[in-house]
Amino acid sequence: MEEVCAKFVSQKISKTRWRPLPAAALQPPELFATGSWDNEDNRISIWSVGDLGNVGLNGEYQGEPQLLCDIRHDGDVMDMQFLDQERIVVASSTGTVTVFRHHQNNQTLSANHQWEKAHYHVDQNTSCGGAACTGVICNNPEIVTVGEDGRINLFRADQKNAVRTIDNADSSTLHAVTFLRTTEILTVNSIGQLKIWDLRQQKNEPSHIFSLTGDRVPLHCVDRHPSQQHIVATGGQDGMLSVWDIRHGTMPVSLLNAHEAEMWEVHFHPSNPDHLFTCSEDGSLWHWDTSTDVSEKPSFLHQGGRSATCFSHNIINQSVVSAWLSNDPTKDRMEITNLIPNQTLSVNSLDILGPCLVYGTDAEAIYVNRQLFA
Amino acid sequence: MEELDAEPPLMVVPGADPVARQLCFAWGPAEVLVCETLFGRRGTGEGGPSASRVFVVRKDQDIYIQTLRKLFNESHGIFIGLQRSEEELVGKSRKAQLVQVSKNYRSVIRACMEDMHQAACKFVSILSAMELIWNLCEILFVEAAAAGPLLLRLLDWVRLHVCDVDNMVREVLSSENPSKHKLFWNLGNTQTLTEMELKWQHWHEECQRYLQDGTFASNSHMESICKILLGDEDAILEKKELMTTWYHFLVTRLLYSHPTVKPMELRFYAQSSMDLFLGGESSPEPLDTILMAAFEFEMHQVIKECSIALSNWWFVAHLTDLLDHCKLLQSHNLYFGSNMREFLLLEYASGLFSHHSLWQLGVDYFDHCPEYGRVYLELHIERIPLNTEQKALKVLRICEQRQMHEQVRSICKIMAMKALRNNRLGSALSWSIRAKDAAFATLISDRFLKDYCERGCFSDLDLIDNLGPSMLLSDRLTFLGKYREFHRLYGEKRFSEAAKLLLMLMTAHIAPCSFWMTLLTDALPLLEQKEVVFSAEQTYELMRCLEDLTAGKSDKQKFQVDDVETMKVEMLRLALARNLARVIVKEGTLEGS
Repeated sequence: MEEVCAKFVSQKISKTRWRPLPAAALQPPELFATGSWDNEDNRISIWSVGDLGNVGLNGEYQGEPQLLCDIRHDGDVMDMQFLDQERIVVASSTGTVTVFRHHQNNQTLSANHQWEKAHYHVDQNTSCGGAACTGVICNNPEIVTVGEDGRINLFRADQKNAVRTIDNADSSTLHAVTFLRTTEILTVNSIGQLKIWDLRQQKNEPSHIFSLTGDRVPLHCVDRHPSQQHIVATGGQDGMLSVWDIRHGTMPVSLLNAHEAEMWEVHFHPSNPDHLFTCSEDGSLWHWDTSTDVSEKPSFLHQGGRSATCFSHNIINQSVVSAWLSNDPTKDRMEITNLIPNQTLSVNSLDILGPCLVYGTDAEAIYVNRQLFA
Repeated sequence: MEELDAEPPLMVVPGADPVARQLCFAWGPAEVLVCETLFGRRGTGEGGPSASRVFVVRKDQDIYIQTLRKLFNESHGIFIGLQRSEEELVGKSRKAQLVQVSKNYRSVIRACMEDMHQAACKFVSILSAMELIWNLCEILFVEAAAAGPLLLRLLDWVRLHVCDVDNMVREVLSSENPSKHKLFWNLGNTQTLTEMELKWQHWHEECQRYLQDGTFASNSHMESICKILLGDEDAILEKKELMTTWYHFLVTRLLYSHPTVKPMELRFYAQSSMDLFLGGESSPEPLDTILMAAFEFEMHQVIKECSIALSNWWFVAHLTDLLDHCKLLQSHNLYFGSNMREFLLLEYASGLFSHHSLWQLGVDYFDHCPEYGRVYLELHIERIPLNTEQKALKVLRICEQRQMHEQVRSICKIMAMKALRNNRLGSALSWSIRAKDAAFATLISDRFLKDYCERGCFSDLDLIDNLGPSMLLSDRLTFLGKYREFHRLYGEKRFSEAAKLLLMLMTAHIAPCSFWMTLLTDALPLLEQKEVVFSAEQTYELMRCLEDLTAGKSDKQKFQVDDVETMKVEMLRLALARNLARVIVKEGTLEGS
């Protein structure tokens, strides 16, 4: 696959995120950030994938990511999100949440603001007692974080203290958080529950709790459909992809068997939500395609990787509204492709924007594909 | 034990002063801990009660070189690919495949050298030597180049590593008859070895004639070139300063005197070349010994010398594995049971495990050591520090995929205990479910129940209300779930269902005996309801339970029971009796039944 560019970066990558494009932008994204983990000296790095016409200083492969700047980060990078064009919010395993600013003029990174001990345990024995902050989501200027202490924090980018804290929101670890609406968030935890929290309400209780049927397998990631906000996808510790309709009931609409190990991230394509991407500890990255128009099918499916046409194993029909909630087996058609031909170590993170995909692995490599739908 | 191959190197621990204090030590998985004791050199107590320091002494420092990480990771990918590659390929296609793997390893080394060069790291020269040795091994062992192509490969090899040779060749090519040279270099399929030899002989004789005729007598420079072309050793030696090494000299010699050299003949030329070149002035360096061993086709000697000379196991581990795949190593066992390939891989992987981040690579190496890999992995994986849940999950997944159940249980227990200490009961339960650890689930349930008894209400309702099938993991957990359900039913005013459940908890012995008093006390409001809730049967059951409970206490205990207890029991007896009366009447009358 010539369009995939690999770069070994001497650090295990835990998060990769494209810098968001301004609203009316037509060109593909050019900058992405990565965070590392399991190092004594972890780093946040900003990389550039320039125009395809570029040849690097040493004549290296065109389109190979170039390191623009990096900065030391205390603790593992557990989650990362761009707040705006210049600022990135990073969640640390020490329980600290930091806002970094990327200075474009001299290509440097600096720590702009920090909330220390945003997440902590109360333990008489340890002196530090920090708890890992596992998830962060931004909706400028609001920042919501969740952690291993079961706490939810609401910050504002310019304010020193938390706007609101829900202590003991969950008796288990909160693994991920995302915005449902501007005032509502979704969280997933390690006992298989999806919870909706209404931040306008003062009570410290979720407004709704959804549960997996059967074994309460921990859920690790969550994402909401970009246009149809009642459709939510979650990934579990057993590699199962669950799709939920939060208007109805308390159980997932469909369960799709995919990965053989923990699913770390799930992302709907922001502008093309018939496409979903998941990555896993088993080293694979799956592209789920429910687009109905055959001509739209991405041609990269024919190059490398395993391709499988698969039916979801619950009863599903294809509604006019969305293919994700469909439950008619005769009409159902979902293509699932593994984008990684020789999988070895875990793919920890992925991000997609426009035609560009970036993902990072425990094999200390970053991969960029800028022609996903070519 | 066999005799030592080399003197063990002396390592000085900076900061430790054995003159002042006696030192003690302990072995770790990949390092030694050296500690200052209280004792002075000459007996006890002289050291004094000052602070003791602990030193961590590591042999393998190389894994901490930042620029080498790329090498470790990329070669890990190649290693895995090699293990997974199809064994069904035989003959030429298999050999081509193995040569490609060798080339991949070398390109990874060279990429790493580039990075190091830019970072001005001193390790570059070691990497360069590694690539030199590997390249030679590829030519002689993996590719097993035959006479003819052998010299071409050796020329490429020298050319790649020494730039000066180009000057000589350029000189030669420009001066002599170019067409003859073209014939010489053309070793396509059209020519057999003998054909080429004949052509070369012919050309050689022509050169000789030129020399003897004195064609170049006027120009000494040209004359010496002609002598060189004829393979005159002395002439070549005169140009010694142009050739930096004896193997450069060797290849040059062979080029002009024995271009169709056979692999097995190399050793003689190599030995004489080294002797002539060094001329007794300097002794061979480790690199020279290794290369000589390679020319002599002593594979084991090569590996042994490399192991001694290099500070890191990376090189010998990967090279030996490749040679083993080429089926070149005899499988003679080392005296402790595993073969050489496995021994080196185990050493290398153990080194990886001592690194805070590279341990993940080590797992795959252990997987491909059939005899001891699993045991090594089991021991190492338990010692990885688990500072976040995500890291623990990754380690757990590794253990689960390899059916290492003991390690799974142990890791889950550690994480569950940590969660419990931090009062994260839901997390603790989640870990016990993963390990299917019934005992721990019981522990957690007891915690919940204790909380309830102390506070009068349940904490973490979101957990208890949503236990699902995991409720069945332990009896205590089941009880907890059901007990909470009882409270819920009561809250929803579904009294008869609540009553039935309460009774079932006792009669089916789901509730622990210690909790029966609480349950019976919970029954009190139900007994006092306006509407009769418990049927006669049920009331009799409850009475029996109460009697079982009180009868169980010995006479001595009865005296120690406090007033509250006695009052409770009295109240219960009264309430039960009253309920029984009401229900008998109710069930007795015709409308009531």
